[in-house]
Amino acid sequence: MNRRLGPPVTGSVLTLLFGAVGAAPAIAQIPGDLSARVEAEARWFPQSPSDPAQVRNEASIAITPEWELEWGDRRHLITIEGFGRLDSADPERSHADLRIASWEYAADTWELRLGIRRVFWGVAESQHLVDIINQTDLVENPDGEDKLGQLMANFAWIQDWGTVDLFLMTESRERTFPGAEGRLRSQPSVIPNRSLFVGGASTGRADFAARWAHTLGDWDVGLSHFYGTSRDPRFALQAPQGGGAQLLPVYDLIHQTGLDVQLTHGGWLGKLEAIRRSGQGEAFTALTGGFEYTLVGVLGSVADVGLLAEYSNDSRGQDALSLFQNDLFIGSRLALNDVQGTALLVGGAIDLDRGSLFLSIEGDRRVADGWTIEIEGRVFGNTEPTEPLFSFRRDDYLQVAFVRFF
Amino acid sequence: MTNDRWSSTLARLAPIVAASAGLAASAAPAVAQESASTRGLEIAQEWDRRDSGFGDQTAVLTMVLRNRHGQESSRELRSRTLEVEGDGDKSLVIFDRPRDIEGTAFLTFSHSTGNDDQWLYLPAVKRVKRISTSNKSGPFMGSEFSYEDISSQEVDEYTYRFLRDDTLNGVAVHITEAVPVDKNSGYTKQIVWRDQEHLRPLKIEFFDRKQALLKTLTYEGYQQYLGQYWRADTMKMVNHQTGKSTDLTWRDYEFGTGLTDRDFDRNSLKRVR
Repeated sequence: MNRRLGPPVTGSVLTLLFGAVGAAPAIAQIPGDLSARVEAEARWFPQSPSDPAQVRNEASIAITPEWELEWGDRRHLITIEGFGRLDSADPERSHADLRIASWEYAADTWELRLGIRRVFWGVAESQHLVDIINQTDLVENPDGEDKLGQLMANFAWIQDWGTVDLFLMTESRERTFPGAEGRLRSQPSVIPNRSLFVGGASTGRADFAARWAHTLGDWDVGLSHFYGTSRDPRFALQAPQGGGAQLLPVYDLIHQTGLDVQLTHGGWLGKLEAIRRSGQGEAFTALTGGFEYTLVGVLGSVADVGLLAEYSNDSRGQDALSLFQNDLFIGSRLALNDVQGTALLVGGAIDLDRGSLFLSIEGDRRVADGWTIEIEGRVFGNTEPTEPLFSFRRDDYLQVAFVRFF
Repeated sequence: MTNDRWSSTLARLAPIVAASAGLAASAAPAVAQESASTRGLEIAQEWDRRDSGFGDQTAVLTMVLRNRHGQESSRELRSRTLEVEGDGDKSLVIFDRPRDIEGTAFLTFSHSTGNDDQWLYLPAVKRVKRISTSNKSGPFMGSEFSYEDISSQEVDEYTYRFLRDDTLNGVAVHITEAVPVDKNSGYTKQIVWRDQEHLRPLKIEFFDRKQALLKTLTYEGYQQYLGQYWRADTMKMVNHQTGKSTDLTWRDYEFGTGLTDRDFDRNSLKRVR
């Protein structure tokens, strides 16, 4: 494995691709820390698409440059992180974003953070219910783990009884979606660059959030509330004259209260996330809870195997936009603990109402200093026309990315 | 539980029983054993006492990993440690190389009894994760150092037995045995060579769960800081069972840099660079 993916092979092929970036002169003169992640990605879909407008396969390159400057005894920090992707097939997936452009100041009992930032809340593996500050950059990956930058002022009050974070946000972002040519999209596709804001929601309004988080021995607890323009849109079906039907994202003004709890005890992690949301149709409750147990040094090796199981429920039942309205996720995390840092996460979610299946594999391995290879594969099985996953029924895929770190 | 309580009661009673038995021949091995464990503990405690009071320390580390064919790969990291009175230290480890994990950081609260608390910061997704610390025996960054080898060493984490005095490379040494208390340890025992003058560890042999010699750690280039604290420049770990080795070199040691608890909390972990 190592020999096949070793530096001589990857080096000669990919130096051509990334050589220009590495050759950038004068970088040494800039104060602070400049780094970049550059990736070349290929997605292979074994099946032809459901819609002839969609492409068969796609390839893309992406860059994530980052600059950081720290001063004043580490009390001041400026971070700028950009992102850009060029995709061979889908113009919507060719996109750029300023993910972070922030200044942070740390005093003894408080911190002030201003600018465009990324904030993550939560503990679960299969979905992130509580996480709400940033909009999802869905065109990047159907798993929704990629996020767009959010403009905010964030004050953190740090006390013995926990940290209270207050957020004032504006310029909320609209979710990105694959275009008509892209795979892994809804059927019909989402109208690009158009959204509907209802009930007082808007991108220009002020959104608020507050969160208390604390560690009590084995317990890590977070309690949060958000009031503002929803990050998750609803969809309205639009059938313009002479054109095919498309989906229009609709954003509501919502209240969302969230709770996240993790218990860490020995090799066990217990996880719970729960939300209550109102303002988007009927008020509803959703939760994800489960555990992860890590087996250390399996079969006399130095590898670790983590076993995960999470159950998700959404009180809206089958009307939920969520894929996780009554689902069981089971997975395993493998860490070889080798020099290459090889790691693999395999998992599957089964819909307990409809029986549909979602299988996923993600892995990465360092192939040389500054080089990694990342693989990702997903299978959508047993889907019915009435559920969201049905759109993906012919979109099983395998993705391979070579990543160079500068 | 009941067994634990009984054994600790017996341990407290043992010296009294031995004393009242006087010169009874049957009690002699018990006395010898008691004094060996007392002496072993005393050496560990004395080293801990001499190494206390530094407040905080920072250092830069380089790891060179070598496989049995001599192929090398390296790691660069920085460490910040805060001494905590009456408990284990707080520590922060930040990775600089390899580049794909640059900015990844571990925040650890060591405890003299019970599991440590540990959080992992993942810079690519700007997330802090609380992680399990039961994996003490696993390799740290693919190296021959395990998590328990590089974590803060607390006196209460082992039981001790003094073995003998000897010389190592011409230096007079005490040799003691340290048995980990934690069931999750990858070792059944460690044999520790300390120089008699300063009680600095010079060499440690690690024995695996099958009681076989697993690894040898040697310390080189001791330097004294602030007229009190001894730190080795190089720690060489050799795995006898796999033929792999890791050299860990330390530089830019600084003490009393003014770090506080606030430099070791979840908020600071998010802006650690």
